[in-house]
Amino acid sequence: MAEQGKKKPLVQVEGLKRHFQVGGGKTLKAVDDVSFEIYPGETFGLVGESGCGKSTLGRTLIRLYDATDGKVLFDGEDVHGTKSKTELKALTRRIQMIFQDPYASLNQRMNVEDIIAEGMDAHGLAKNRAERTKRVVELLETVGLNAEHAKRFPHEFSGGQRQRIGIARALAVDPDFIIADEPISALDVSIQAQVVNLLQKLQRERGLTYLFIAHDLSMVKHISDRIGVMYLGGMVELATSDDLFEEPLHPYTQALLTAIPIPDPRLERERKRQLLQGDLPSPIDPPSGCRFRTRCPFATEHCKNKAPEWREVRPNHWVACHLYGSESDRAAMKA
Amino acid sequence: MANPTDSLDPLFVPVRRENGEQERISRPALSAFQDSWRRLRQNKAAVISLILLGIMIVLAIVGPWLTKYSYAQTNYSAVYQSPSADHWFGTDKFGRDQWARIWQGTRISLLIAVLAAALDLVVGVAYGAISALKGGKVDNVMQRIIEILIGVPSLIIIILLMMIMKANIFTIMVAMSITGWVGMARLVRAQILKLKQQEFVLAARTLGTSNTQIIFKHLIPNTIGMIVINTMFTIPSAIFTEAFLSFIGLGLQSPQASLGVLIHDGFQTLSSHFYLLLFPALVIVVIMVAFNILGDGLRDALDPRMRK
Repeated sequence: MAEQGKKKPLVQVEGLKRHFQVGGGKTLKAVDDVSFEIYPGETFGLVGESGCGKSTLGRTLIRLYDATDGKVLFDGEDVHGTKSKTELKALTRRIQMIFQDPYASLNQRMNVEDIIAEGMDAHGLAKNRAERTKRVVELLETVGLNAEHAKRFPHEFSGGQRQRIGIARALAVDPDFIIADEPISALDVSIQAQVVNLLQKLQRERGLTYLFIAHDLSMVKHISDRIGVMYLGGMVELATSDDLFEEPLHPYTQALLTAIPIPDPRLERERKRQLLQGDLPSPIDPPSGCRFRTRCPFATEHCKNKAPEWREVRPNHWVACHLYGSESDRAAMKA
Repeated sequence: MANPTDSLDPLFVPVRRENGEQERISRPALSAFQDSWRRLRQNKAAVISLILLGIMIVLAIVGPWLTKYSYAQTNYSAVYQSPSADHWFGTDKFGRDQWARIWQGTRISLLIAVLAAALDLVVGVAYGAISALKGGKVDNVMQRIIEILIGVPSLIIIILLMMIMKANIFTIMVAMSITGWVGMARLVRAQILKLKQQEFVLAARTLGTSNTQIIFKHLIPNTIGMIVINTMFTIPSAIFTEAFLSFIGLGLQSPQASLGVLIHDGFQTLSSHFYLLLFPALVIVVIMVAFNILGDGLRDALDPRMRK
């Protein structure tokens, strides 16, 4: 992990913002000033409560939404910069997405072959009909289905099978980077493992880089090299998977981690949950200063007045909290 | 360690799992159209409706030629004749052959049906789709126009038009064209707005599919079921509107024949010559009920999720 600092990042997100106008002159800051980097070949986990902007962040990275401000550099190229249609198409081919709902993410009216070949058709990757079919069958076999499924329709498949079709569709254009937007949260636990193992196998075989969005912490720990924690549109902590679980710094991360059940009844009984007070505030009108202060057990007057900086407090361990801020911030917290 | 199967009764043989066996789907593979057609055929009422409509259409085309009388030809020596070998459905107060008149009237009704369907499919679908896809200000203006059209009762528009223009089939068509497509436009707009945000459309965009391709491969195929069904329900109401206008005297005028005109004439002699009302009423009832039942059947057949 130490050499990661030297490696060239595949994805660089700098001060990314995505705001939605919600009428009445109000703005919903779904993603507000988020910066991080993803390195080639790694799995970057992104966790946070529902509605904290995880999915919006993922969709903004791939330009399904236009960024309000900030930059996304993919392999040195700006995804949101002004580009011709063909340039953008060539760039986005390398970034693909796996969706959350296996029932909504496949078009009911198309058969599996057409679904999987859609990206190949769009980019002209198959020269003729026979090659297209051959590629589709290969992809089906890669994800553990077979040639017989090519002429079927999505409603004939189970959730896990559909999710694998979705993975095959993303693989069809030979991407480098895959954004997995809660790919397992709609599946049964037994099927979740199947899909996660498939994703890991594909990563080994094809050297894929993942952005894995989820709210299931134990699964994220299992699959990710580094994890970013989001709260109300902002990133609050980012560290390697081991660091984050062994020594969470941000109070929000600490609370999240105590919510994971322990698979041992005796330990589980003694587990102390650190319950958060109140509900997630509305991102339309977020609290001043630190966004988390309304629910933070350590919040002081200082948190109300000043938003914490995003600092690398240990090597490769970033956090946005005054408790780990500059000298003056820490002093202000004690006061 | 011994193989655990050795000690078991030889009658019990472990089932060998073929590779990929658990992923097998036993249902035969069918195309979307085959599948819908198969399910429509299973619906007896819908099949009967389809057959009845077929008969009605054939009779409307060839019916008037099967008898030697023309629908407008009067014969004062043969008024109010009962159904006979000569005049199959009898004659009216001017001795006109009722059989020829009924099928002539059915032609008008079916013409109205075709017009209503065409309006729905062309104007309604295009208007709704453009409104939903453009969004923003365009959508806003287009929706306000629709609201104005809906706000004014269509019957008033039709009656006013009838007073200005000649009472003929063309006027009825113009009157219906003003508001006939509004319902379809709203439905299509709502459906496309919903589909636009679905994950499979987002997936298509990340895969690099162009907007035109998204419209033709994703949006339209997913709206087509709803479009067909809505058309099937608009047709009977259009037929009824025409019949109603003719019945209250605002539609076609004699000697032209439409089912509404025939019912109006038959109604006046109901007590003495009931068959003058019975036959045209039967025809219009059959057409309307058949369209409705067929529409219902199509709704079930076209939705792949409705399968039992």
